[in-house]
Amino acid sequence: MGVGDPFGMPVAHGMAAGMGGIRTAGDLVARMQMTRKMRIKEAKAYVAEKLKVSPADLSNEHVMREIREELDLGIITAVPGCAKGIEAKARIAELLGIEINSVKRLKDKIAF
Amino acid sequence: MKKYLTRMGDGQRVEMTADEMMKDFELGTQDAARRGKIDPLTQEDLNYLLEIFTDTNKIVSVEPGNEVVLTHDIGTLRLMGDQCNSGVGIPLSRIQGIGVHERAFAADTFELGHIDYSFKPVKPIISMEQQEMETAQLSAIIPLFYGAMPNLGLYYRPDGPFGNPSDLMPLGKIQEAREAQEEAVEHAIRDMIYISEKMFLAGADGINFDTTGAAGDTDMKATLHAVEHLKKHTDLSVEVGMAGEFVLGIHGALEYDGVRLAGLYPHQQVKLVEKAGADIFGPVVNTNTGKSMAWNLARAVTFIKACVEAANIPIHVNVGMGVGGIPVFETPCIDSVTRASKAMVEVAKVDGL
Repeated sequence: MGVGDPFGMPVAHGMAAGMGGIRTAGDLVARMQMTRKMRIKEAKAYVAEKLKVSPADLSNEHVMREIREELDLGIITAVPGCAKGIEAKARIAELLGIEINSVKRLKDKIAF
Repeated sequence: MKKYLTRMGDGQRVEMTADEMMKDFELGTQDAARRGKIDPLTQEDLNYLLEIFTDTNKIVSVEPGNEVVLTHDIGTLRLMGDQCNSGVGIPLSRIQGIGVHERAFAADTFELGHIDYSFKPVKPIISMEQQEMETAQLSAIIPLFYGAMPNLGLYYRPDGPFGNPSDLMPLGKIQEAREAQEEAVEHAIRDMIYISEKMFLAGADGINFDTTGAAGDTDMKATLHAVEHLKKHTDLSVEVGMAGEFVLGIHGALEYDGVRLAGLYPHQQVKLVEKAGADIFGPVVNTNTGKSMAWNLARAVTFIKACVEAANIPIHVNVGMGVGGIPVFETPCIDSVTRASKAMVEVAKVDGL
């Protein structure tokens, strides 16, 4: 992204063109770009297929809030009982079929 | 003729007619095409830019479904830092800052970064950075990079052990300046690998090499070699973000994989970044404060469109203040920021910002 005050930079770009992070499926699409070098269309298609939705639904809060709750992938508001932090990431790694470094580290730590 | 509110490259608000803006789009795209030896934007592209600029709403956005992934630089410094990084001075810990970005700003990804935001100063305090990354990874859901600048400038006197090219070159000591830079490259590679491997052990999802090339071709050479090593020896994701639109030839003769680094533009830079193994590339196009935003954005979109077409990896264009067509102004004007966002996504077809 770039430098600028928070309202003028991450908030403004997020509103104009961002996927919406864990409000929607932004983190999931990002992980496919990061781990498989997927371009945006390919990454969205991959995640959409895993979630059984259309690529356009990935940035639709109304669709994604329900899916994230159902699959327990972590949601943006603070709801007791929902997967938090690394708990959510462990489920995301499983869903997307990728390795997440911190999740692997946790598994190594608890394998005693 | 009807006039529309727009901006100059320094952020000053001006009024321009549609014809005046179209003329600046044409001049901007031709400037990029001439410098980069790339295709100018098509008439269809220019017409779409005009649509974006003549939208009388203050804020514009991409069409639903066209959203892209956002990666960040400068980490949480934009919250707790000072003016140097457009920071707003809120006394927060870095882990709190990551939470704010994930949960209040809905960031798709984020990063941890040292207060100096350069690799070299991290080396002596690496265990503190690892500790912070380990703790952050427990609570974050979004992917977390460790972000830092290669910043080869810190390896030259008086900050580092090697002769300063800026002192040596005016004295005509060109060979000495080159040798100092070559030594700095070797040290920087070792430092970046050391720090990145430690962050991998701490659970980082990736490394963001930010403002690559700030100290010229030495900076880029060191980064590419560090990336190559990290992609061979770790599972880290790597993003390489640039400092400027072309690589400055401070050394002038450095090469990577047989290609001279000095003078490369984004569509050429990305091929080397891919060869090194990086996963995401963040190209930069500088803003000219004396020209209109129409000129600047058309020029930036021209360079980035060529880069996107040349690339096989995701392109996350830099669109901070002063780059990517956005005016050089610390409090970025929202109308300009959102127009640059939309143009980069829908005309240049970037994969992220």
